[in-house]
Amino acid sequence: MCDTCGCNLTPGNRHLAYKPVARGATAVSVLKGLLAKNDDQAGHNRAHFDRRGILALNLMSSPGSGKTALLEATLTALKGEFTCAVIEGDLETENDAERIRAKGVQAHQIVTGTACHLDAHLVHDALHEMKLDGVDILFIENVGNLVCPASFDLGQHLNVTLLSVTEGDDKPAKYPVMFRAADALLLTKTDLLPVLDDFDLDRAEAHLRNLANPAPVLHLSARKDAGMGPWLDWIRVQLAQQLARVAAGQSRRPAIQPDGARYHHTEA
Amino acid sequence: MHELSIAQALVEQVEAVIRTHHALRASLIRVRVGPLAGVVPELLAHAFPLAAAGSRMEHAELALVKAPVRVLCERCGAESEAAMNRLLCAECGDWHTRIVSGDELLLESVELETAASPSPAS
Repeated sequence: MCDTCGCNLTPGNRHLAYKPVARGATAVSVLKGLLAKNDDQAGHNRAHFDRRGILALNLMSSPGSGKTALLEATLTALKGEFTCAVIEGDLETENDAERIRAKGVQAHQIVTGTACHLDAHLVHDALHEMKLDGVDILFIENVGNLVCPASFDLGQHLNVTLLSVTEGDDKPAKYPVMFRAADALLLTKTDLLPVLDDFDLDRAEAHLRNLANPAPVLHLSARKDAGMGPWLDWIRVQLAQQLARVAAGQSRRPAIQPDGARYHHTEA
Repeated sequence: MHELSIAQALVEQVEAVIRTHHALRASLIRVRVGPLAGVVPELLAHAFPLAAAGSRMEHAELALVKAPVRVLCERCGAESEAAMNRLLCAECGDWHTRIVSGDELLLESVELETAASPSPAS
């Protein structure tokens, strides 16, 4: 056992442990995730959500896949059933937050400037600007980007990744880090399928399975209000499971948590 | 392009190791990066000197150890090497696998320079 960080020594990592080096120099084994600070903050955010019984969903996709349109349709459908709030992440403008507020839903815009993703600290600052009393579901619309957001835990319970049919159905194969992080994959803008002859829904799902990801794959069109039922039901089930976890004093991390790192750490 | 923030986190962590061990500076920093970590080792190597400038590790060597992608099959139990966008079991072809290695981003070890008259470490 290494005293530095409390990590586990296993047959797989024993060779990384202390080895004597030249006089005047010392080698120490560290075995600590480089995103530890972000992950600490994310855990703190998640504890906030759990204490209040909030389900936090992180929406990720490339720009233009329909995250805000999906939110608009979802908030309209859930109105009267649950109290929702939204954190918007964009490089510039309040446009998306204004679209959400027009639905009568609390929205806070994080303007990242040039940062290509949200991190747990940005989300924490945003939470302090929001009224979370009575909120059931918090949606976090991440910056449109299929690369960086996948590497940062925000404190959410689940990741929802969108892939619109105007993109390639091989996106999961091209951006494996992002699609491996999905707890649910939404294939959006399916109303356009008749005019797009090169997007195959089954092929998109097969590429996701090649990433060893068992996440449900839902097909929908938010603008044409098609296929929204299964998505709304998924949210309802996730909220019920979140409330059950909270009642049992448990929490849930999104799929973003690397499995490989677990072989080097004890769970905090 | 988030490698600069990773490099800054790396500098903070190595700084903490230096402090904990009452060392003068770090001379070698070993980081293990898996292809599925979402970090480009070359970009991290370029970002590191910027983040480390003026710190007690600005002359340290950054050694990036590339981890292979390996999966453990939940169906047949075999462990095999895989490609980062094809995490299937090499034995039976099933997709119900767990990543054993390949998504880690770990500060593995640090070599520290201690004071001129070191007490020999046991």
